[in-house]
Amino acid sequence: MRVETLAPSCPADGARRTTASVGFFRLVAAVAGKDVRVELRSREILYTMAFFAVTVAVVFSFAFVRDRKVIAEAVPGIVWGALAFAATLGLGRAFDRERESDTMRALLLSPAPRLAIFLGKALAMTAVIGLVAAVIAPVSIVLYDLDVGRAGGRLLLLVALGVIGLAVVGTVFSAMLLRVRARDVLLPVILYPLLLPLFLAATRGTAALLSPTGSTDEAWFWIQFLVVYDALFIVTALWTFEALVIE
Amino acid sequence: MKRALVPVLAVVVALVLALAVRQVFFIAPIEANQLYWNQKIFYFHVPCAFMLFAAVFVCGVPAALFLKTRDPRYDDVAAAAAELAVVFGAIVLGSGMIWGKAAWGVWWQWEMRLTTSLLLWLIMVGYVLVRRFGGAGADRLSAGLAVFAMVDVPLVYFSVKYWNFLHPKAEVVSTLDPSMKLAFRLSALGFIGLFVLVLVTRVAQHRGVRALRDVRERGLDAGILEP
Repeated sequence: MRVETLAPSCPADGARRTTASVGFFRLVAAVAGKDVRVELRSREILYTMAFFAVTVAVVFSFAFVRDRKVIAEAVPGIVWGALAFAATLGLGRAFDRERESDTMRALLLSPAPRLAIFLGKALAMTAVIGLVAAVIAPVSIVLYDLDVGRAGGRLLLLVALGVIGLAVVGTVFSAMLLRVRARDVLLPVILYPLLLPLFLAATRGTAALLSPTGSTDEAWFWIQFLVVYDALFIVTALWTFEALVIE
Repeated sequence: MKRALVPVLAVVVALVLALAVRQVFFIAPIEANQLYWNQKIFYFHVPCAFMLFAAVFVCGVPAALFLKTRDPRYDDVAAAAAELAVVFGAIVLGSGMIWGKAAWGVWWQWEMRLTTSLLLWLIMVGYVLVRRFGGAGADRLSAGLAVFAMVDVPLVYFSVKYWNFLHPKAEVVSTLDPSMKLAFRLSALGFIGLFVLVLVTRVAQHRGVRALRDVRERGLDAGILEP
């Protein structure tokens, strides 16, 4: 509430003024750049997330070992599960950082439009989760003896779409949870049910691409599905973010 | 005037549901091919499933309006609908499992409709949890969740549909024996009435709670009440 009175530039009209002078996408890049720079200097989220993701993958693997090898059908689920858990951890931490130093208020007080802040944050989160995916991918190729050569490009596309979806939905809700009690518990409570279709699509798509008998049609269906998922939730996020993140 | 309608509606709903029970258990024939008495679940399971899906939208649309207008009256409707979605969802899943045991021999199958219902139900449980444990600011947060849930419905539906091709036919209703059809319609009507009735009552309760809280806050501000 106080933000509104302190900053006379209410989102809509402030947006117009700053967009004219600075440029919307430069603001997005500035917010994203700031987040990525903070992260690259401490590497706190990156290291802990990557470590956590690998640990979760190992823990899951114990459940699916047969003849000293992990069952091939379980691998996509393991990898995506690990990535989703690690992403929740990183999302929570990314916004905790803003809360601890009370910089979220400063960010919201700046004349930048809320949408630019959201897009910047989501972009930075995409980068960080993407980096974790880049860590866990070679690890799982080694651990699970995956053959990715056959469908490398499509796999990359699928993972990128999955990561974007995770980051977008995650950013909206972790930003909203900033001022809410019990936020650590509530983030997964909110996030996972919403992410289940993404998880299903990503897992099935990866399975179709990895298995030697998988059908290309099925893989493409899931890639298209993820495009729709991401687009729908980006639009919803842009629409709701402004109404939701108010101090 | 509006308040007087609630008991009237309650009586009508009770009558329709009583008629539905009579039709289901005493008039409609027992399905003799495979399911026998278990088939009776159908009359209650399917209307509850409709209510679950309806509740997601009855929750989502007012939630979106609440975010736009900040009018807490929309939030009351959304909260009541979400609670109903959880209740009806629990009935759907429970009765669906009994049906599954009778028809397929297992309690749970990753069948399209069961899975879709489960995913939607999980979102709505999340909504209620956020409301309960979120403290201040949870109303907006849960409204955001409700809007996302609404967008999620088609995504859940299509992902599960493509994931698993096996599912029972949707045209069951049109192939029923006439007395079964009547039983189904009565039951569906009864459940729609029940849904509206409980929704209206629950909204009134939420409204009352909010009014009490406001009065208390004003009393505290004015120094009339002890904190």
